[in-house]
Amino acid sequence: MDPTEVPPPLALVDVTKSFGSVRALRGLSLELRAGEIHALVGENGAGKSTLVKTIAGVHRPDGGQLLVDGRPTGFAAPVDAQNAGIAVIYQEPTLFPDLSVAENIFVGRQPRTRWATIDRRRMRHETEGVFSRLGVRMDPDRPARGLSIADQQLVEIAKALTRQARVLVMDEPTAALSGVEAERLFTVARTLRDSGAALLFISHRFDEVFSLCDRITVVRDGAFVSCDPTSELDVDTVVRRMVGREVTSLYPKEEAEHGETVLEVEGLTRDGVFADVSFSVRAGEIVALAGLVGAGRSEVIRAVFGVDRYDAGSVRVQGRELAGGRPKAAMAAGIALVPEDRRQQGLVMESSIERNATATRRRPLSRLGLLRPSAERASAEEWGERLNLKFGRLDDSVSTLSGGNQQKVVLAKWLSTEPRVLFVDEPTRGIDVGTKAEVHRLLSGLAGRGLAIVMVSSELPEVLGMADRVLVMHEGRVTAELDRAEADEESVMYAATGQRPSEAV
Amino acid sequence: MAPERTATASAPDRTNGPGPAREERPAARLRALLSGREAPVVSALLVAVLGAALFVDMFATARNIDFMLLSVAAIALMALPMTLIVITGEIDLSVASTLALTSATLGVLWEAGVPIETALWICLGVGALLGAFNGLLVTVCGLPSLAVTIGTMALYRGLAYVLLGDRAVASYPSNWVGGAREHFLGLPGLPWIAVAVLVLAVLFGVLLHATAVGRSLFDIGNNDEAARFTGVSVRWTKFWLFTLSGVVASGAGVFWTMQYGTSRADTAFGLELQVVAAVLLGGVSIFGGIGSVLGVMSGVLLLGVIRNALQLFGVGSEVLQVVTGLILIASVVTPNIAARVRARRASGPQPPPAHAPPPVSASTKGEDS
Repeated sequence: MDPTEVPPPLALVDVTKSFGSVRALRGLSLELRAGEIHALVGENGAGKSTLVKTIAGVHRPDGGQLLVDGRPTGFAAPVDAQNAGIAVIYQEPTLFPDLSVAENIFVGRQPRTRWATIDRRRMRHETEGVFSRLGVRMDPDRPARGLSIADQQLVEIAKALTRQARVLVMDEPTAALSGVEAERLFTVARTLRDSGAALLFISHRFDEVFSLCDRITVVRDGAFVSCDPTSELDVDTVVRRMVGREVTSLYPKEEAEHGETVLEVEGLTRDGVFADVSFSVRAGEIVALAGLVGAGRSEVIRAVFGVDRYDAGSVRVQGRELAGGRPKAAMAAGIALVPEDRRQQGLVMESSIERNATATRRRPLSRLGLLRPSAERASAEEWGERLNLKFGRLDDSVSTLSGGNQQKVVLAKWLSTEPRVLFVDEPTRGIDVGTKAEVHRLLSGLAGRGLAIVMVSSELPEVLGMADRVLVMHEGRVTAELDRAEADEESVMYAATGQRPSEAV
Repeated sequence: MAPERTATASAPDRTNGPGPAREERPAARLRALLSGREAPVVSALLVAVLGAALFVDMFATARNIDFMLLSVAAIALMALPMTLIVITGEIDLSVASTLALTSATLGVLWEAGVPIETALWICLGVGALLGAFNGLLVTVCGLPSLAVTIGTMALYRGLAYVLLGDRAVASYPSNWVGGAREHFLGLPGLPWIAVAVLVLAVLFGVLLHATAVGRSLFDIGNNDEAARFTGVSVRWTKFWLFTLSGVVASGAGVFWTMQYGTSRADTAFGLELQVVAAVLLGGVSIFGGIGSVLGVMSGVLLLGVIRNALQLFGVGSEVLQVVTGLILIASVVTPNIAARVRARRASGPQPPPAHAPPPVSASTKGEDS
């Protein structure tokens, strides 16, 4: 197809957008063609989210043009974008939990009967129709509450289709999906492409980008870097363009001396969540908890830390029993937890960088019960420096930082407690390649200095690259314990899906 | 929605970040103080006092100031723990009923021949129990404090009626009754209770703004889950705050009883709304996470000054009620508008809407196409 003959359904030409002094987009161009899946990659803070919101009509560009079918268009509100046939599927869709799937799809534009009441039969029928087009099996009458994130995304896609959307933007849709769910989403995406829709796919996962997308646009610092067909690119090239420099090694695993056992978990059970989980970690060791999303990995470390209770089992730190259900006791015993959801659990987003970074050490930073502002400032400064934190001022709200730098604040908050055992839950989720490597180097260095680290990660390369030992969980149980030498993609995936490797392997 | 900062954009900031930041700190602090949420109420208070002193006869007299301070003393007392509670995102609407039940308890004890020194301590204990009951329902049962304290507001008021019926106890010893209104060091215009409130306000201010516990209250109000992940026991903290609120409200009840020399079951009816009004007027966010003791104390005084000045003008109580309501609405609306104006200014001038209508909208707009 010659793009000069048929104008693309959506194109952005030289779009700029600033927030105060921050230039989020500086002349970005992008062309989405019908029947094509287009990938948008860039570090966090490169302007991807701003771009998506501009396309969705949430932000109005300061300069440049949006072309719909080749004609310049302005979206004053999200509804204009919808009317132009553009649909955005966010990472975590917001459905009405108490409405049925079909009602969610037709919310605000329900088909009517002759009597002006809602035509439920037709609604259900059309929902079934769109699901069968997508090759999805879901009951249109079930309530949206309790749907997995993957299913919620499919509902959003179905909603977009019933609105006759021709441009579908997916903003990091797979970040919270398991492998199987992501694969199903890709099947749907390919179906849509083949039916002539234009798709924009945003992801940090290169394997997905390369297997799914036809064309890859790289952005950096709010500006266009390159756009090439996938067949002409490889991962190294893309990464180089994203960061604008060579990335030496993503997984700089140092060899560390393994000392004595620091943490022993025995028979830990929480009814209905995980059962009989036992493991131990030695000083200087990195143990990864691998498995599919929902296998109970985060729940285990939350229970050890005391945020959640557990029903049976015991936790010992340096040989001493740790009472359950009390994070304060866990902290006193030298445990730190960098939680999975940094915006909800790791940080108080409204609060300043300084206050967040010192939140775990307010008592040590006090004298006679009174906080010493100078000590707080010094501590925040010291850790900002150590972790190479990029910030404006320490008084700035932590929400002004990019994802990677927010994660560094969480790390500062916990490392400053000088823990003996560090739990990190998805330490690099949603952060850019450069910071990712920094975090990996940091963890590796900490292990080298004798810290015992337990890392929950859904990224297999990260697990294999970082861990001395891999514990694999499946449906709340530990199904395998693999040494660094034995662990490979196959052995971990087998255990994670609850299968046994065939004899031949 | 703050945009994410790009790494390169902030790199220059970073290199000269900490150094100059330290030098400009006093200035920055002053600016923070002036642009803080309590700045409007503090300035409003100054303007109101100045205006009243200049234009209202009798306002700037020791007798009137004395009267005005006494009239807001109980509100100021109860506003202190209320500030902490609202900052954690909760609310305690039962304070006025706690005050009344305490007052009734005092009356019953006094009539039963219990010496007033003993009765006083029993009353504070009762207040602690009443507050702890609120705390228990909020933390252990996980109920919303709005619902819980509306319930106990009715319950405690009802219990006060159970104790006293429609009787009044007014036989308190005159040295206690007069003592409540005594001046501090004999200074005219300065009741000792005002000094006591000031000392308490300083203590609460230090607790809230300069201790680890205080910081954790803001964290709880902003994001209690993150607070929990940082080792703060959210439930215990809230439980103790409600207990503290009960104790302070009962203290206010004892003072109130002595101030007016009488115990009645319907005393201080609706006073909780004035307390909440003062707290919100003082810049505390009803959603939690923001607020200061300075702002709240200014809010209490501002309400007191305005009511007092209007009373001196001879304005009736129904108009006072209306004015109080309007001030409260203004205090809630103003920060929102200010934030919106700031946000608009930050995002720069909006480009004029493009005139080309979306050309495809017509074909896809159909209700059920």
